[in-house]
This record gives sequence, structure tokens and C-alpha cells, in this order.
Amino acid sequence: MLNYIIRRMLYAIPILIGVNLITFTLFFVVNTPDDMARMQLGIKRVTPEAIEKWKHERGYDKPLMLNDGEEGAAKFTHTIFFEKSAAMFAFDFGRADDGRDIAHEIKSRMLPSLAIALPVFLLGLLAYITFALVMAFFRATYVDFWGVVLCVALMSISSLFYIIGGQFLISKLWHLVPISGYGGGLDASKFLVLPVIIGVISGAGASTRWYRTIFLEEMSKDYVRTARAKGLPESIVLFRHVLRNAMIPILTGAVVVIPLLFLGSLIAESFFGIPGLGSYTIDAINSQDFAVVRAMVFLGSLLYIIGLILTDISYTLVDPRIRLE
Amino acid sequence: MSMLFKPVILWTDALIYLLVLVVLAFVWYVRRNEHMLAPWRRVGHSASGMAALTVLVFFIAIGLLDTVHFRPAVENSGNSEQVYSVEVLSLLDVIAEPLRTRVEKTYSAPFAAHLYARETIELPDGGQVREFPRLQFGGAHLQNPDVELVADVTERAAVGAAQGFLGWCVLVVLLGALLARQDNAGLLPTLFAIRRGATEVPWNAVLLTLVLILSLLGAALALSTHYHIFGTDKVGQDVFYQSLKSIRTGLVIGTLTTLMMLPFALLLGIMAGYFRGWVDDVIQYIYTTLSSIPGVLLIAAAVLMMQVYMETHPELFDTIAARADLRLLFLCIILGVTSWTGLCRLLRGETLKLREMEYIQAAHAFGVSHWRIISRHILPNVMHIVLIATVMDFSGLVLAEAVLSYVGVGVDPSMISFGTMINAARLEMAREPMVWWALLSAFGFMFALVLSANLFADAVQDAFNPRVRTWSLKAGKLRRTERTKTPESKPVAAAAKDSNPP
Repeated sequence: MLNYIIRRMLYAIPILIGVNLITFTLFFVVNTPDDMARMQLGIKRVTPEAIEKWKHERGYDKPLMLNDGEEGAAKFTHTIFFEKSAAMFAFDFGRADDGRDIAHEIKSRMLPSLAIALPVFLLGLLAYITFALVMAFFRATYVDFWGVVLCVALMSISSLFYIIGGQFLISKLWHLVPISGYGGGLDASKFLVLPVIIGVISGAGASTRWYRTIFLEEMSKDYVRTARAKGLPESIVLFRHVLRNAMIPILTGAVVVIPLLFLGSLIAESFFGIPGLGSYTIDAINSQDFAVVRAMVFLGSLLYIIGLILTDISYTLVDPRIRLE
Repeated sequence: MSMLFKPVILWTDALIYLLVLVVLAFVWYVRRNEHMLAPWRRVGHSASGMAALTVLVFFIAIGLLDTVHFRPAVENSGNSEQVYSVEVLSLLDVIAEPLRTRVEKTYSAPFAAHLYARETIELPDGGQVREFPRLQFGGAHLQNPDVELVADVTERAAVGAAQGFLGWCVLVVLLGALLARQDNAGLLPTLFAIRRGATEVPWNAVLLTLVLILSLLGAALALSTHYHIFGTDKVGQDVFYQSLKSIRTGLVIGTLTTLMMLPFALLLGIMAGYFRGWVDDVIQYIYTTLSSIPGVLLIAAAVLMMQVYMETHPELFDTIAARADLRLLFLCIILGVTSWTGLCRLLRGETLKLREMEYIQAAHAFGVSHWRIISRHILPNVMHIVLIATVMDFSGLVLAEAVLSYVGVGVDPSMISFGTMINAARLEMAREPMVWWALLSAFGFMFALVLSANLFADAVQDAFNPRVRTWSLKAGKLRRTERTKTPESKPVAAAAKDSNPP
């Protein structure tokens, strides 16, 4: 097992290097640091000195991939590519344009992100499985039919509508919870209720329909027919046999997003004014803070790869038929 | 001889024309092959699918009208050389001329005759009053709006809807006559058969959808010449016009993105599955790496870089429309590059299966070249996967556009789209009384488009994937069918949504 995990983690290294190469190409090759400096400082009326200063402050004043002015290994190490990549792998993301340390900022913003993403994830999973199970139990009746219709309708509504509509209805019309904001400790809960509810609802359509499919697929298998033939009541067939087996694809499918929960969500956080990583990313995009966006891309990929490894491990844990090779 | 206009073909226009050609060629090809026609017949038998298609046809028609661009001539005094306006217009702009040009001062509610905000008005005797001024165009024909407005709106709506209904009746008779001729039956029995739902294609569902659309359209058209039926926005532009213009942007993103990603996905997916070995390893490495970057972040980073590139290369475009269009094209390319991996993985898996089939082994034995095997035997047999992925992706992409435009990495702010409409309107949420109309019409149009796309996608998937069968409601009785959707048929465009739990 340990052997497998180690090997699986080693596979992640070339992928991370590839991710790094892509982000580097995006941020430094498509547009040279000079272009970015000009863009940030204003296209017109910018002196070469100002550009040099901007580049020097960020450590962009070196050759991109190959430093001809140096000898030996320094030819490769004294370049933007090597220095930025090495720092990235050591979780040193440098400083944002406002001078703050990005790594520190990420650390302090992870908790608020998690405070909304984790409840959405857990409550959502519970709610979707329940509804899907109800629909599967009443399959081929009007409950099932209208359930699917409702799912398709929910899927077709923009996630922005859920947020704006929810804020209007619950906060503005009924004054139940504040529209947006965030507080420390228990105080945070009153700010979190609305985003969590909206998060669960906006994901409902696609997931419920997806889980229903899994349940129905499971119900068409031979062992279910055998269980029914034995004379077991439908409820026991459903809960004891179908549910347990259907949980394998559902849970292993959900594992991959667990690490990504740290990243929070872009839209909800900025709408509700929650100081998490999602709103941090949006602010960085809007103020064109390249260093922050690059850091977030790297972090996101890292978390996703961790998610993939966890998925593989969870498969082997829940399904004894899968052997590690 | 000077022309009244100068045709303009923007980048996305050219690609849309190409797409239309491809679709027409595909239709022509399918019609000649019975085995390819069969699944489309099954799509034709789905009531929800055909009703959705009817709605989609209207959206596509509006989108196509909005694609034919030109620059009108500017009236010039005596100069021999004809000058053309820098403003790029489309056929839709010409048809909707009254909507486009009748701009009010600022916000006004739907069907309002007065402006949304009070203004100080100078009286003839020198005094001042603060009141809601009359709109310049909306309801301007009314003497006393407070009294006449409701009656006038009702009357116009009724007349418009009745005209729409009449048009529908003509269509029904035409369709009935056509079907009657086909089946050698009388007109009346055919019409009754349509009503009962006894026809092969569920014409009753199509006609029901049509009567709704045509009466609504008739009423909307009759009213929109005298009112702003969805109100006006901050700069006084008609929201109905903006909603119509947004349709093209949504359709372009939904279709061109797929057009962009198809070459990558097809070529690499089939190559990986067919050649295996190191080719497979390299391609797998590429798509694993690309797909491990969360979609939204990759899109954001790429769009950010594109913005810098466009700022520093102003020579690429000459008008504002061309600039906005170029940005839309880049957005499609970026979305395509980030979303081809899912389809590529599916195609690789299917090709791996296909290459072991006996007919392909036989082709090998006969010495048929790789290229020929791929194009003659493998490509036609994976097309259903491509088709399903294309229709499934469409709605996700339309929804993603709104989100991306909100984040600030979507279309150009000068381009009218659902995203920019929502973005502009959401800032007015805090106003009292609320400005809700722009938001609601953007969401409403988007919902209609995405819902019909989803329903149509379901019908296509049911028909093309024999393993997958969804619910169907026929003749009032539920027919039980099991839906077995394999994990790999998850929509590909979820990329943008997946990494972004709302």
C-alpha cells in the first residue's frame, strides 16, 4: 500500500512540472515582462527606467530560459524560469502588487474559504443522495418524472441567478440574514447560512440527476433481482443493497474535490464578501496581479493532483476487488 | 456607383458561416445514409426534444440575423469617395431599428411612460418642480398615460398575439396539407391525427410550442414599437434589444468553442488510442497536465494574458466591434483549449476498443494504410461520441460565459452578452425601488436557451447512445426505462463549472 502511494506521488511530479511549464509560458512567453510592465504602468508615457524598476522589483529582470551571460549551471539557474519555478515548489509565491506576502495571505484566507465550501460539500452530498434515492425508489412514477424535470430546470438556471435571487429574497426582502460580510468565531455563522444554502441549491440539479442515474444503474444488476426474488421488501433492497454499492462511485467521485475545497469558490465569495481564496483570486484578476493568479493556478493544480491520488487510494479502500499493482 | 453599405465579415462571422456549411454538408450526408438517419429519426420521435428544437430554431435564426454584419454608408456632401460609418451593424440591428435607436435618458421600468428617476423640470413661469418626466419614446403616443396605459397595452398585446395566432393557424394548415399529401390522406383526418399525437413525429408538441412562441412574439413585436417592454438600462438602451443581441454571443460561445476544440480532441484522442505506445504516453501526459489545472483559473490566466497581448497589439483590429469580436474569438479558443481533454479521453478509450475489432484487424491484414483505417473505419464510429459531447457542452458553455464575464475574464465589456447585462444590472440591486428588469430578462432569455439546449441534448443522447435511455412520457402513460449513463459520458464542458463549486 505504502509502496503504491509513494509511486503514485512520484507520478505527480512530472505533471506538476508540466503545469509549471504551462503557467510559465502563459505568464512570461506570450507576453514578455516588458509588455506586462507597460500594461501595468500605462501604455503611453512610460520610461524605460520605470519598466526596469518594475521588473527588478519582481525579479523579472533576468533572461527567460537561458542566461548567456553566466557560466555552467548558472546558465540555467539565473533565469526567471528557474528562480520562479524553484520558489513555487518551495511554496514561496513572492509578493503581491500591494506588497503583501502571497503565501501568508493564502494561509490566512484558507479558513474562511473552507468554512463555506465544506458545509456546502457535506450538506450537498447528503441532500443530493437523499433526493436521488427518493426518485429511484419512486422510479417510473410521476414523482420520478417531475423530479427529473425539476433537475433539468435547476440545471438550466445560471448560478448567478441563485446568488442574486437568494440575496434579494432572504436578505433584502425578509431581512433574515445580512446580505454579505464575514466575522470571526461563532459570529461567522449568520454570514455563512445564506451562501451555504445557495451553494447547495445551485448544485442540486446536475448532481441529483447524476446520482439517480447511478442508483438506477445499480438497481438493474443481477444481485438486486436476486434480493427481490428472495422476497425482501423494496426498502431493504434499496437501503441495504443498492445504497451501499452505489456509494462506491458517488464517494470516490466526491473525493477528488475535497482538496479543492480549500480554494473556495470564486463567485459566491465575492458576492457575499467572504475574505477567502476565491475572492482573493477575483480581486487579483480584476487588478491584473499576475503573481497572485500564477500562485493560485499552481496551488489549484497541486490540490487537484492530491485529489486524484486520494481518489485512487479511496477506490482501493472501499472496493476490495481493486488490487494495487 | 457607391454602395449603400460595405459588408464586414468579422472573425466569428466567418467561423459561423463555416459552421453553417459544415452542418449543411452533414445534413446532406446523413440524408443519403439510412444507417445514419436512424438515430436522427429517434430524436425526431422525442416530444421534448422536438419542442426544444423548435425553440432553438428561433434562437438560431436571431443569432444568424445578428451575424450578417456591414458598415452603412455615411451621407457625405459632394465628395466623390464614399465614406462608411465606423459603426458595424447587423441585419438584426436593421430589423430592430426602432428598438436600437429609441434611446431614453436613463432607467425606465417595463411598459413605463415615465422615467425611473425624478428630475427637476423648469416650468414656463420660471418655477421648478421635481417629477418623473415623460419618456421620449416609451408610451409617447399616449395623452394621459395614467388612465390610458393599461388599456392600450392590453389592446396592442391582444392584437399582436392574435396576429401571431393567425400566422400559427396558417402554419398548421400548411403542415397538415403537407403531411396529408405525404400519407395520401384527407386534411382533416391528418389534423386530428396530429392532435391525438398519432403522427410519427410528435407534431402536436412542436405546434404547441410554436403557438406559444408565435403569440408571445406577436405581442412582443406589437408592443415594442411603442413601449420598452423590458424597460431600459442605465444609458437608456432598450433591454429587449440587448437581450436579443446577447443571443448571438451565447450561441457563438456555445458552438465555436466546440469547433475549436474538435480538431485537438479528434486528432489526439484517436491517435493515442490507435497508435498506443509512446504516442499514447505523450498525449496522455499532455491532457492529464492540462486537465489538472482548475478550469476557471486556467481560463482566467489565459484571458488575462490575452488582454495584455491585445493592449500591446492594437494593429490587430480597426473598429470597436472588431476588437470585441477578436476578444470573443480568443475566449472561444481559450475555452476550447481548456475543455478538449474530456472528449479526448473518451475518444482514446473508444478507439482502443475499436482497434481490436475484427473489421479493423481485417483492414490491417489487407494492408490498408493507417490514415485510411482511421478516416474510413474509426472516425465514423466515434462520431456519435463527438455529437453527444457537442450538444451536452453547449448549455454549460452558455452558462459559463455569464460567470466568466462577471469574474471579468469574459467577453469585451462593449459586447452585449448575458454576462455583461447581468454584471451591469447587479450593481443596481441596492437602488430603491429596485431596478430588476435587466437582470430578469437576461436570466429569462438565458434560461429559455439553456433549458431547450439541455432538453435537446437529452433527446440526442437518448437516440445516439443505445445504452442510455431516459424517461419518456408518451400518451399520458409513463413508460419505464432505465437510464444507464456511464461515468465517462459526463459533460465535457463541466470543466469550467467543476472547479468552481458555487
